[in-house]
Amino acid sequence: MAEKIATRAAYGKALAELAEREPNLVVLDADLSGSTMSKDFAAVCPDRFFDMGIAEANMVGVAAGLAACGKKPFVNSFAMFAAGRAWEQVRNSVAYPRLNVKVVGSHGGLSVGEDGATHQCIEDLAIMRAIPGMTVLCPCDAHEMRAAVEALLAYEGPAYLRLGRLAVETVTDQVPGYSFAIGKGALLRPGTDVTVVAVGMMVQMALAAAEQLAGEGISVRVIDMHTIKPLDTEILLQAAKETGCLVTTEEANIVGGLGSAVTECLSSAYPVPVVRHGVKDVFGRSGAAQKVLAAYGLTVEGIVDKVRQAISLKRG
Amino acid sequence: MKTQLHTLETVAAKGRLLGLDMVYQCASGHLGGSFSAMDILTVLYFETMRVDPARPDDPDRDRFVLSKGHCTPALYPILAQRGFFPEEDLKLFRSVDGHLSGHAEMHHVRGVDMSTGSLGQGISAAVGMALAGKLDQKDYRVYALLGDGEIEEGQVWEAFMSAAKYHLDNLCAVIDVNGLQIDGKTADVMPTEPLDKKLEAFGWHVLKVDGHDLTAVAEAFEQAKGLAGAPTMILAKTVKGKGVSFMENQAGWHGKAPNAEQYQAARQELAAALAEKEGK
Repeated sequence: MAEKIATRAAYGKALAELAEREPNLVVLDADLSGSTMSKDFAAVCPDRFFDMGIAEANMVGVAAGLAACGKKPFVNSFAMFAAGRAWEQVRNSVAYPRLNVKVVGSHGGLSVGEDGATHQCIEDLAIMRAIPGMTVLCPCDAHEMRAAVEALLAYEGPAYLRLGRLAVETVTDQVPGYSFAIGKGALLRPGTDVTVVAVGMMVQMALAAAEQLAGEGISVRVIDMHTIKPLDTEILLQAAKETGCLVTTEEANIVGGLGSAVTECLSSAYPVPVVRHGVKDVFGRSGAAQKVLAAYGLTVEGIVDKVRQAISLKRG
Repeated sequence: MKTQLHTLETVAAKGRLLGLDMVYQCASGHLGGSFSAMDILTVLYFETMRVDPARPDDPDRDRFVLSKGHCTPALYPILAQRGFFPEEDLKLFRSVDGHLSGHAEMHHVRGVDMSTGSLGQGISAAVGMALAGKLDQKDYRVYALLGDGEIEEGQVWEAFMSAAKYHLDNLCAVIDVNGLQIDGKTADVMPTEPLDKKLEAFGWHVLKVDGHDLTAVAEAFEQAKGLAGAPTMILAKTVKGKGVSFMENQAGWHGKAPNAEQYQAARQELAAALAEKEGK
């Protein structure tokens, strides 16, 4: 099996490697650079790294001012504080004036683990998606993260990027014909009976679930929906028509995130059963990451159960 | 001063008249804080700042951020008089048919450098602009105007700390100290004084000025240009509603439009003040 790498590690490495090529790239952090991995950029480019202290609201506003003068700021904190605490600054100082600021939320979801509910941001995908014009990304592995950072540097406009804490298997580099584009879901595994639409670290679990179900003769299509907004409606419509039912899976609240986005899309375009898998509208709690994920059903088995449910809901 | 005092006085007087008309026409808007800030904005755009209405996106221009973003009935009349857009446009203030939104907006209003309105956020953007100037080794300066109620927002103090940390002596902010906010006296709602000591403790240069003395305001901005190593805060003592006798020092005129009778009375006062300046 390939070496496991956290998406936050791949992110820090990408920023550091792209520093020279992108003279307008500036990176801001709020006293978490060792965790968000923006420290990798700081190490090679200290003149364009700004530690703004534990003050996320100001950090986002300063980034807006930098962007208004032609810089390409990436602001970093935990997802809870980048997307949560500074939400209104992101809305009013970045998204409304359409400024070229990338808001990066590390340690998204329950896999923060031991720090517990105050640091386990399960709402970021929903609240960032709710802002008009906001692009929302959550790559699943190191290979995809590298491509996402490059794509974000080329993209002019506000965006949110979620990073994960845990080391995860790199899978997208094994997929023939894989390519990354903002707003284009990636088909990772073909299938005809049901489609699992996954984001972030649930992608690897979805692939494992598909493999397990294949042994029972169930053909599962897996889509890696790294861009939650703008949503790839084309790939979803095709999946709805060809497989007749879907499961969404995300390390986030089932209210407002990927599951909601997919449901909103299909309910008016091509209604088929969509079963949402994720955190069931409850707060997380402290514990080792894998044990917390298991306690909340964010497992391969959890996805398998939802797949069976979705298939049972298919009509004629 | 490069600009004659009389010219500045006329622009400010006309600005108040235009602002009153704007708010009366759409029956909404913020006159109290706009009138307290009018003289400061007049000096900035007609004396202090390096701006060219023909090139509003010039990367080397001085920037201004209206952190108290509701005071567009001061900013827009000044921008119009400075030539960024026709005065005629002011008639569609806060109208869906016009481009002049209630709070300052940077994409549709020529001359506006940052969209603001949610209090406490503009000063952070100004810090970012000043930081960009330092990074690019440009000589432009960044100005920001805050309300003395606005500084109750914690983000403002985060911004003050960061501006001092990065030695942003290309940043000059002004607090419009009119002593009033929506719910009453700032001293009662949330005491913020002593502002001079607080700002000095936060690592800023601090200047104090009568915010309606155009010459003194201009001199303060000039003095700030020479203060190195740290940003400068100008504490401008002002009168909320300045220029209209029954609006002066009344918290109730923060965000209220005058009725027809009040409008006529206010217009008479402001028109007389302008005529006096123009007659000189």
